[in-house]
Order: sequence, then C-alpha cells, then structure tokens
Amino acid sequence: MLNLKPNFDDTDGFYAALLGAHEGLSDAESEALNARLILILANHIGNERVLNAALEAAKP
Amino acid sequence: MTKIFETPLYPYQRSNDQDASPTARHKVIIIGAGPVGLAAAIDLAQQGVPVLVLDDNDRVSFGSRAICFAKRPLEILDRLGCGEPMVSSGVVWDTGRVFVGEDEAYSFNLLTESGHKNPAFINLQQYTFEEKLIERVRALEAEGAPIELRGKNKVTALADNGDHVRLEVDTPEGSYLLEADWLIACDGANSPTRQMLGHDFKGRVFEDNFLIADVIMQADFPTERWFWFDPPFNPGQSALLHKQPDNVWRIDFQIGQDIDRDEELKPENIKRRLRAMLGDDAKFELEWTSIYTFQCRRMERFRYGRTLFAGDAAHQVSPFGARGANSGLQDTDNLAWKLKLVLEGKAEEALLDSYSDERVYGAAENILNSTRSTDFITPKSKASMVFRDAVLALARVHEFARPLVNSGRLSVPCTHDGSALNGPDVAQLPRDTRPGAPMKDADTGAGWLLDKLGNRFQLIGFNIEVPAVLEVNGITIEGLNLPATDDLKARYLGDAGAAVYLLRPDQHVAARWLGYDGPAVRNALLNAIGKG
Repeated sequence: MLNLKPNFDDTDGFYAALLGAHEGLSDAESEALNARLILILANHIGNERVLNAALEAAKP
Repeated sequence: MTKIFETPLYPYQRSNDQDASPTARHKVIIIGAGPVGLAAAIDLAQQGVPVLVLDDNDRVSFGSRAICFAKRPLEILDRLGCGEPMVSSGVVWDTGRVFVGEDEAYSFNLLTESGHKNPAFINLQQYTFEEKLIERVRALEAEGAPIELRGKNKVTALADNGDHVRLEVDTPEGSYLLEADWLIACDGANSPTRQMLGHDFKGRVFEDNFLIADVIMQADFPTERWFWFDPPFNPGQSALLHKQPDNVWRIDFQIGQDIDRDEELKPENIKRRLRAMLGDDAKFELEWTSIYTFQCRRMERFRYGRTLFAGDAAHQVSPFGARGANSGLQDTDNLAWKLKLVLEGKAEEALLDSYSDERVYGAAENILNSTRSTDFITPKSKASMVFRDAVLALARVHEFARPLVNSGRLSVPCTHDGSALNGPDVAQLPRDTRPGAPMKDADTGAGWLLDKLGNRFQLIGFNIEVPAVLEVNGITIEGLNLPATDDLKARYLGDAGAAVYLLRPDQHVAARWLGYDGPAVRNALLNAIGKG
C-alpha cells in the first residue's frame, strides 16, 4: 500500500539534497534528472499497485 | 539472374468457370496468395475442404518484406507440411542486442527452455516463404487435394447474398462471375475486399518514416538482431540490422517525420547512409528499398456475414515485434478447422464468430505490444522523449533500466484467455498450458509432441489411460496415452501425478482434468465447437 504519511528519515535534509542536485542545471538537464530519478525510485518500489496509486496521487 | 520474385509461378490460365452457366459455386474462395492466404488454402485443402485462391498477381512478393518467423508459426507450418523446408532455408536466431550510441545496453535471448523442435525464430525473405508455400500447394495438387490457385484474377466487385458471396473477377481475358459459400479475405493491409464491403479499419498512425534497405553483402556480423538508439551513423534516430539467407541483410533506418521521399529513395542517398554505417570500403548491392510509416489498427470484427478477414487485411501492426505475418498464420490456424466443421454441418455458423473473438483478442495483444514499442522508438511528446532518453541513459549504467528499453517485444504464442470455447481448467496444473493456450512442444521420448498433434480433436492421457477413440456429435476424438517424460511433466503436470488434456485441431488446449471423465470430455468437446 502506498504510504502517504510522513516517512523521511530527515525531511528537510532530503528536500535540500533534491534542490542541491538541480543546482546549476539548465531546465532540460533538470527535466532529465527528474526523469532518471523517477525511474530509479519506481524500480525500487516495483510493486504495481503502489506505483499505480502513486501515479494517481500525483495527478494534478 | 532472374530473381524468384520476377518469375510468374502461377501464370494466368483460362478456367472453365469463365464460361460456366449458371455461375460456378465454390465452397471456399480465398482472396490473396500471400503468406496468409496460401496458409489458409493449404490448411483447408489438406483437410479435404475444396478451396480456390484468387490473386491479382502471378508471382511471389516483390522484395523481402516480412522476414522474421517465430516458433509458433513454424509449428503451424509443420502441421501444414512445410515447416521443415522453411527452417532449413532460413537463418536461425534467438539473440537480440540493443545499442545506445556505440555501446551495448541490453541483450535478450528468446529461447528460454530446451526441448522444442523449432527454433525461437528464423529469418527468411517473404518471397522465399511464399515460394515454399506454393511448392506445398503444388504437392497437394499432385496428391489430388482440392486446391486451385488462379493468377491474374482480380476481384473487382463483391456482394454478400446471405447464403453465399458473389464475386466479379477481372482477368486478362475479361471478367467473369463466381460464387462462394464462404469468402476469406487475405488481401493485405489495404484490403480491397474490406473497402468494397465498407468495413472500418481503425487505430493509430505513426508519423515517423523508416527507410528499409535490403542489401546483398559479405559481412561477418553475427546472426543476431541488432538495434541501435542514437547510433553515430544515424544520430538522434534508430537503426536495425538483421541477417537473411543468401547474404541479404535487412537494414532499417529511422529517418524522421518531415522528409523528401523521392530524395531519400535515390540510390546515391541510400548508399551514403549505408557507407556511414558500414564504412567507406563496404561492398554491397541494393536488393530492395522502401520507405514506410507504421499503423497499429484493426477491424472491429473479423467475420462479417459470409466473409472472414485474416492477416493484415484484418489487423496491422508496426513491424518491431514481428507480429504481422506471424499473427496472420495464427489466424488461419484458428479458422481452418472451424470452417471445416461448419461446412460439414457438424457445427453452427456461430462457431465462426469464435474465430473473430479469439483472433481479435490476439490482434489486440499484438497492437498493444507494437504500440508500446513504437511509442518508445518514436516518442510523441516532450515528456515521452524525456523519459525515453532517461531510460537509455540509465540503461548504460544500471541493470534495472535495461528491460525498459523497448526495441520491439517479439511475437509470442497467443493464449485465448476468456474464450467461450475454453472448457474446465485445473489450477494445480502448469499455467502455460491452460485452456486457450497452444500446446508446448516437448520431447516425448518417441518423437516431438507437436508432430503427433493437430488436424483432429485429441485426448491425451499423461500417465493415465484414455480411450483410443471417442465419438461425439459425429466428431472423432483420438486418444493418445503418453508416459510423462521430464519435459512433459514440467509442461503438463507440474506436481500432479497424471492429467487428461482435450486438444483442438489447431493444437490449442480446450480443457484439462486430473482424471478421465467421459461425460466431462463430451461436454468440453461440444463447448469447443460452440454448442456449449
């Protein structure tokens, strides 16, 4: 089941690391980085139901 | 040298039907003598159903066209008596490699288990494939089988009159009329039959152009399917290299959306592309070149009244999964026995609707896979391009991303899950051989399993005795008792000690049980012919 409750070891630390990874990148490079990150995380999760629930939760 | 595709193999000859009064009536007329039409004709004729094939041409396909033939169609061709000549003429392969830029990113092997008579794939030019089918037609004719092939007979008008179809046929000596109890349209993606009868053909059209160059050259590339994303010789696009017999190589370049077709097809421009790929010193000769775009679409149903549609006439896919000709052969495999039973009065016409149901299911599966591959190869939006490129970048370094690289998911046998013809199943038995699935080949210790099957209903007892002959509704079920070898155990028993399988004439499983139960077999047989 998709966990939508707080789950980070270090919430602010992760957020800063995420922004840090994008620092100095062009829009296109940032977009590519996000895509790679999504694929890496999605593979780590693997479970089809969790992934579909995440896609649903992310929808605008 | 005259090429096989330049030789009339079934030249026009005047038929008595052209002077017949009243109009000659045939049981089955097939329109189109391509791979699918010829396979349908052979299947029917060798089961004793009279069949007439009409083709507007008189020779085999011009150019290599379809080249990859998968294991299941080869098994079907074995049943049609011409699998072995195909395999011995073809290039056998089972490995594909995907390159990103200059580096190999991913490889796959399609032969995942041993104990099968046929290889995962052969490559064979469509013209050779058709030539072998015509040889089989000639052999059947010589044996007195009721099969006739008429060249330069172009169907120009059609009418379904309820209990037959009426055809107007144009020939070099003028037109004549024919009638058919049943018509099978195997006249390709642009099917004139479909257009004359006014049926829809809906789906997606892809914008990217691809250039096929079949070249003759001496080269030492391995017998593998090589696919490139963004290669140095075709930057930003894809390319494919694949070996065919007689030193013919299939080379396929993605060339983008807005192109000047005439300019791209000039031999000097094609040769420039080839030299960029193969090196300036490469020696080659162009055999066939073509530019094409892809469509993934199908008819809503494959039966309309007395007309049955098969192959590209009924469904069309992009070529990356080799799911075109291979699915057409699975169509005729499904259709022939049903049409025979209907013509013999042993099944109702409604059995032919199950042909449509089962093969629409197969076509939908092929279209799904081909559409996904084409979306990966030719991304349609900025977001899909970004993710595609992310997959390719990750695939160079991380194993997890390699299966996401989609250069084509190659044709696998179709299991007709949910078909009304499927009978009882036992969950304990292996899933791959459930009702609806084609039988999996295996070494029985006394020959290949599939060589013993097909063209009639059969009951197999694995480690259990079944009657040698059963008679249901005028249909004979032949019994076969097989002690389970290791291969048979793995594919048909799992952890069960014994099992009974009822098979259709197309080698698909109709039903299965853990023991023999006469009334249950009788009910499953009736269900498998649409009388359930």
